[in-house]
Amino acid sequence: MTVSEPFCEMALLVQAEFDGELDAAQAAALAAHRAQCPICQAAEADLAEARTLLLRGGYYALPDEARRRVLQRLKPVLPAHLNRRRQWWRAWWTGGIGFGLGAACAAALALVLLSPAEEGLTRQLVASHIRALQPGHLEDVVSTDKHTVKPWFDGRLDFAPPVKDLADLGFPLKGARLDFLDDRAVAALVYQRDKHIIDLYVWPATVRSDASPQMTESQGYNVVHWRWNGMRLWAVSDLEVDQLRDFADDWQRTP
Amino acid sequence: MAASSRNGSFETVVLPHLDAAHNLARWLMRDRVAAEDVLQEALLRALTYFPGFRGVNPRAWLLQIVRNTAYGSLALERGAELVPIARSEDSDGAGADLPSGEDDPERALIKSRARCRARALIAALPVELRETLVLRELEELSYKEIAEVTQTPIGTVMSRLWRARRSLLAAAKTEPGR
Repeated sequence: MTVSEPFCEMALLVQAEFDGELDAAQAAALAAHRAQCPICQAAEADLAEARTLLLRGGYYALPDEARRRVLQRLKPVLPAHLNRRRQWWRAWWTGGIGFGLGAACAAALALVLLSPAEEGLTRQLVASHIRALQPGHLEDVVSTDKHTVKPWFDGRLDFAPPVKDLADLGFPLKGARLDFLDDRAVAALVYQRDKHIIDLYVWPATVRSDASPQMTESQGYNVVHWRWNGMRLWAVSDLEVDQLRDFADDWQRTP
Repeated sequence: MAASSRNGSFETVVLPHLDAAHNLARWLMRDRVAAEDVLQEALLRALTYFPGFRGVNPRAWLLQIVRNTAYGSLALERGAELVPIARSEDSDGAGADLPSGEDDPERALIKSRARCRARALIAALPVELRETLVLRELEELSYKEIAEVTQTPIGTVMSRLWRARRSLLAAAKTEPGR
């Protein structure tokens, strides 16, 4: 725009509406004005054009290699930090006794009861699953072929995750991605049942023995986890409990 | 939400926003290497401040740290010199996947040129307009969140956004070879 371009005071509101910042009443008031203001009528098209241009420039997602570098350099600092956090909790807990005793105790107790390692892991998994459902975040490699998906992990992980396709059983493989959980990089395999996405997270177990599937639930998502062949497997989905249970059973049975 | 930020670890609360942090750093610095440095430094700062973080919006919180780190970097205003605009199409970002995503090489080239041109136009905007536009259109932050990240009144955010969009269009229209 040049300075001499005609400007209408209401144009900033046209922009606000374009950006989804106006409520219904404001939008109605604006509509009345716009009906008779050619400048505001033209503004809308320009806003859309600017948006197209910007989106064409594109998003700079962090490339895989840079992500590894950045996380690697962060690693030495992370454990120390986590220790600090635990100490902070202890200080809070002891200090909290004096003030608002009842409430503080109840809150602290609830938190202690809700946060054993597996609770925390369930939360992490559900958060990761929800994040993955955002557009463009689901798969790093899109393939229904396990012979494409499995080699994709070579060099990206320090273990070889088992990859199975359950298409015959109604759970086709859609692709995979890397994820970061429980202080380590893990494999996330993406399966689909009708319109439901299932994320299956896989990483090496510290215990060798197998364990049969256990169901839990968090934030409305169903979670099933089991141990198989030295691997921990956690599946998260909005599928019904029974169907997710079937998925876990089928997965174990599939060679 | 507050409970999850208090309970959650740095990994679960902050690291999910690495892409957003990188995107902002990359557009502010206009240079791949400088952006990675800023991202790394910002994460270290975030790690230090994290025990005190009580907010409900970790993404905006991290973006604010990225922005402050970038502004503290001597390289901030050197991006355009470090990377001549003509070859600002580098190997990272969405540009890298073009050849495989497009069957027809000619169309891939046209797309790639359009992207290159769009990037150059955005990169040429003054930093305060550029960051506002990137936070709004690419990070899809609300005006209120942008105001928080850039420590600017909402009215200023709105007028910067307006100026950024007008400048971008004006530049696109006057550019030779269009």
